[in-house]
Amino acid sequence: MSAALLQYLFSGLTSGAIYALAGLGFAIIYNASHVINFAQGEFIMIGGMASATMVAAGVPMPLAIVLALLIAMAVGVILEKFAIEPARNADVVTIIIITIGASIFLRGAAQIIWDKEFHSLPAFSGENPIAVLGATLMPQSLWVVGVAGVVIVALWWFFNRTMFGKAMLATSHNRLAAQLVGVGVKKVLLASFALSALLGAVGGVVVTPITFTNYEAGIMLGLKGFSAAVLGGLGNGTGAIVGGLIVGIVEALASGYLSSAYKDAIAFIIILFVLFFMPNGLFGKRGTDRV
Amino acid sequence: MNMMTPRTGGLALLAVIITVAPIGFTNTYFYDVAVNAMFNAILCIGLNLLIGYAGQISLGHAGFLALGAYGSAIMTTAYGVPPIAAMLISATVVGLIAFVVGRPILKLKGHYLAMATLGIGIIIHIVLKTESKITGGPDGMSLDNFSMLGFTIMGDKMWYWVAGVLLILSAWLALNLIDSPVGRALRAVHGSEVGAEVVGVDTSSYKVLVFVVSAVFASLVGSLFAHKNGFITPDIGSFFGSVHLVTMVVLGGMASVFGSVIGAVILTLLPQVLAAVEQYEAMILGGIMMGTMIFMPKGLLPSILASLKRREAGR
Amino acid sequence: MQKLFKWGATAVVAAGFCAVAGTANAADPIKIGAFLSATGPASFLGEPEKKTLEMYVHKLNKDGGVQGRKIELVVYDDGGAGDKASTFAKRLIESDKVDLIIGGSTTATTMAAVPLIERAGVPFISLAGAVVIVEPVKKWVFKTPHTDRMAAEKVFADMQKRGITKIGMISEDAGFGKSGRDQSLLVVKNYGIEIVADEVYSPKDPDVTAQLTKIKNAPGVQAVFNFGFGQGPAIVTKNFKQLGIAVPLYQSHGVASKDFIKLAGPAAEGVRLPAAGLVVPGQLAATDPQKPVVTAFKKEYEEAFKSDVSTFAGHAYDGLQIALAAILRAGSTDKAKVRDEIEKTSGYVGTGGLVSMSPTDHMGLSLSAFHMVEIKNGDWMLMKD
Repeated sequence: MSAALLQYLFSGLTSGAIYALAGLGFAIIYNASHVINFAQGEFIMIGGMASATMVAAGVPMPLAIVLALLIAMAVGVILEKFAIEPARNADVVTIIIITIGASIFLRGAAQIIWDKEFHSLPAFSGENPIAVLGATLMPQSLWVVGVAGVVIVALWWFFNRTMFGKAMLATSHNRLAAQLVGVGVKKVLLASFALSALLGAVGGVVVTPITFTNYEAGIMLGLKGFSAAVLGGLGNGTGAIVGGLIVGIVEALASGYLSSAYKDAIAFIIILFVLFFMPNGLFGKRGTDRV
Repeated sequence: MNMMTPRTGGLALLAVIITVAPIGFTNTYFYDVAVNAMFNAILCIGLNLLIGYAGQISLGHAGFLALGAYGSAIMTTAYGVPPIAAMLISATVVGLIAFVVGRPILKLKGHYLAMATLGIGIIIHIVLKTESKITGGPDGMSLDNFSMLGFTIMGDKMWYWVAGVLLILSAWLALNLIDSPVGRALRAVHGSEVGAEVVGVDTSSYKVLVFVVSAVFASLVGSLFAHKNGFITPDIGSFFGSVHLVTMVVLGGMASVFGSVIGAVILTLLPQVLAAVEQYEAMILGGIMMGTMIFMPKGLLPSILASLKRREAGR
Repeated sequence: MQKLFKWGATAVVAAGFCAVAGTANAADPIKIGAFLSATGPASFLGEPEKKTLEMYVHKLNKDGGVQGRKIELVVYDDGGAGDKASTFAKRLIESDKVDLIIGGSTTATTMAAVPLIERAGVPFISLAGAVVIVEPVKKWVFKTPHTDRMAAEKVFADMQKRGITKIGMISEDAGFGKSGRDQSLLVVKNYGIEIVADEVYSPKDPDVTAQLTKIKNAPGVQAVFNFGFGQGPAIVTKNFKQLGIAVPLYQSHGVASKDFIKLAGPAAEGVRLPAAGLVVPGQLAATDPQKPVVTAFKKEYEEAFKSDVSTFAGHAYDGLQIALAAILRAGSTDKAKVRDEIEKTSGYVGTGGLVSMSPTDHMGLSLSAFHMVEIKNGDWMLMKD
């Protein structure tokens, strides 16, 4: 394998793992509520901005990270409680507009609470590149990949081995039945927003040393995360991870071998083709239509 | 014919409002904003056929708007094509593109359809940004006034009347389409696609048809907008543009022609009104979007009409 | 040279004191309108520009205004969108009835407003970079920043001096980088330099090592030139270091703010770029006429906002000073007279350099306005010629 190809793959892995983490948040909320939360990118931004500004203000990094995660979770809970829950039975498009409204609101709030400048966090394990067969990778990229891996294992455990996780899954399959057997649907929805906000913020924290962050950083991450989640099949955690990695690697290979100007377009064309042949994404369940 | 049906009554009211509104316009800036609002309204009427009546979402319609705008700009400036011909050729090409991509895309459902349309919009945006030799790239390109048969549309006032007539025409066309057999088939598709198929409606053809119609609406508006402004940038075709348009439709009221007009007018005026609050603009805009959808999930006009009806019934 | 001191930046401030309050319209404020990209992808241009205008207008008013007239500033945020910019420009002209417009943080927003500004006939000073704004010359349109073509020329001249003949180009695909790249391709041959790799990235790409690897592997690359602003160039710089590319990295004037050094960190060491004297006031020769101007501006800005001054803030400062000086000379806010006086601006010493406009040059800066600087120990160092 040539060093150039390996470098393209590393580049794709770095971006792809970032997209995958962003995509996971979409998957969780979708699983519990069949809602696509277009404010997911803003959770990532909040994680990044809150931790970066606190570290800059002198708060020790571990404490800053924990606080940032808590802030993001609180925002997630508030968003669900006051914006999603009251509109639970509304149309899909209506809820899309609500979450888009929420994303605009959160961006507006972020530029007032913090500022419009770019912020960064120090890399967790230094800035010395790791050389592999003539290609290089930053340690922080491994952090992103590692965190994505840990998150997916933790989610599997949560949904398959804990009572509450199972209840969340049950709700996603059949809300009414779940309610009948005593699962608190409201509580499940609330938990799914808290969880995906937490995940988004975790992503924001590990990604910020690579991409930097500002009040608008959530736009791009949200868009790519949504693409990753849809490509992988909505509601499927593994699908979101695979989808994210595919988008990242396709972009890198397209820049390397075809055209860097059209790399984003090439990634979207591939997503479109996948959807033409697999209308529920790579790992999505086949939907059945109710008459 | 009964003049007081909601349809003719609505059209008459719209015509009266358009005629009377300029009394309050103290300078041409008001005309400019009004023209933008009416252009958006025309586009949203088309888009609402797709979203509200056929129940199919599109997060890529700004792409079609941009194609119409750039089609007109490129053909009139680089090849000397008369504006009206450039506008119609662009609309035809956009219609064809929508027809070709529509068939495979509209098989997708819900969020997958959203993703696919979003992808198409973004691809169009990237092409417009990248091919700078033809499009001027991200810095945009300029074009001339719209003239036809020796007559030139110039100045905001003239554009206002042109846009006003076109808006009434579009609303009338859309209302007729909805009342036709096509419209009934569309509503069947929205209600239940499988059900519609069972009773013999060729759902995919109807969906493609309305997708093409809405794309052509967008393209025509794009051409007019380009001539009116005299300068265009690829921004008009961005993802945000598409989201903005869908927001207008949903906020005003899905499956409501006049709701689209109201949604378009409100969301065109809001940034102008909110310019005074500076950095709080985004928060207020987001808050209004959330609040309206939470308390009026069916959109402004349908919700208001329903509450009026309830009050009348209660009397 | 007398002219130079006559119309120096300080003259305007001083003029505030010796206000002549005899004119009929003395009570009417001078209305200056601005549309800037205070939010959106170009917010780090628009934000400091807006703050600068507000700060100086406030200051001038406190000192009594200009010719006894207060200055009223109306600022709109176009979010970087061309169609919004054009509507706000219309609003400034028709509704707010401003005497003069400053703005357009980006080329796209500027150009979107140009057709109607030309039609309405209002003096307009743009703060955006591209050369298309003033070439061909438009009657009412002026600009303060150096053009992207000049930045490219400055960089290529430096490369030529060092015997570099083959370079890799990487640019951002948004307005600033795209226009810069196109201009670079246009002038590069004049310097005997060949672009052997030409790659592009999106402003929010998390990683550009793929593009840089391609450049690294292009045969004979002796230097790499990046055209872009925002966080993109910082990521390019970090990735460049990560790949261990051994040739010099040149950036454009788009990164001439301390934020870039902060974001890119140690990877920024050795990066070269063309920048206005504003970033290195302390290192300018004592005889440099720009020295007092940029030193004062830097101090005032940093004291007021507790953040590092950027050249973008300087563009707004220059725009305001040139406008006010022209109004002063015209003796009124008559639009045609003010326009003529802006065109006659000569020897104004601003943060961007020495400005001398003419009917054929509506920017008035020469290549000498740029200094090549290199980043050393986390700070700008003036490069020796």
